[in-house]
Amino acid sequence: MTTPLRLDVRRSGIGPAVELWLEVPSALEYVGPAVDLIAQGCPSGTLSPRRVAFNLRTALAEALTNAIAYGNRHDPRRMVHVRMEITPAAVHIHVADDGAGFDPGAVPDPTLPENIERENGRGLFVLRHLVDHVTINDKGNAVCLTLLAG
Amino acid sequence: MGFSLRKDKHGVVVVGVDGQLIVGNRQELKQKVLDSLDGGARKFVIDFTPTGYIDSSGLGVLVSLSKKIREQGGDLRLAGLNEDLRTLFELTKLDTLFAIAKSPEEALAAF
Repeated sequence: MTTPLRLDVRRSGIGPAVELWLEVPSALEYVGPAVDLIAQGCPSGTLSPRRVAFNLRTALAEALTNAIAYGNRHDPRRMVHVRMEITPAAVHIHVADDGAGFDPGAVPDPTLPENIERENGRGLFVLRHLVDHVTINDKGNAVCLTLLAG
Repeated sequence: MGFSLRKDKHGVVVVGVDGQLIVGNRQELKQKVLDSLDGGARKFVIDFTPTGYIDSSGLGVLVSLSKKIREQGGDLRLAGLNEDLRTLFELTKLDTLFAIAKSPEEALAAF
């Protein structure tokens, strides 16, 4: 890892919302440090420490890995853009890449017997189970993960 | 953060996963276990007691290692999963693929 990551924290002038912004280079060694930075920067109060430590960290790692590997295809000239919005009711994490997108309906179920011993292909499945809502834009290159307060 | 390896008195290799097992460090774990396998070890316990989170790449490397160890006539067992990590194995149905013990001591006793 050569480029230091820098978390940008912005507070809304009127409401209680806080936004964290992070640009992540398209290399997999940045996933762990980016997850650490965002989890540590997430203000306490909305999510329990346990959900930050497990659900948020794991889901964010999956989204970043997908964006780096399948979206930006490890292209060092491309960045993954993360914006996290924290309100008293929920945490919304937007992860976008500069790739061509993917069709989430085309991803096979990793729990089927014929797929269970495959090394890859569990990312989206895990992601969907760890957060309350997942939305993917029409192009398939941006996801929004929502964790409701609690 | 990182992986610790020790051998118990019966030659079982116990690997501790400190912090996380994710896309950024899974190759390190894979290499350490494969080196031990090449060195003749056949029984492995991966201890997740000090582990915070595992992503799908981490799960994938465990599947791959389990297969390679079985091909050599060995056995890989998992231990020390907290409630959240245990749930992750259950929802991905990987709990059907691995022998999972509550603690490394229990996993060692089961060999």
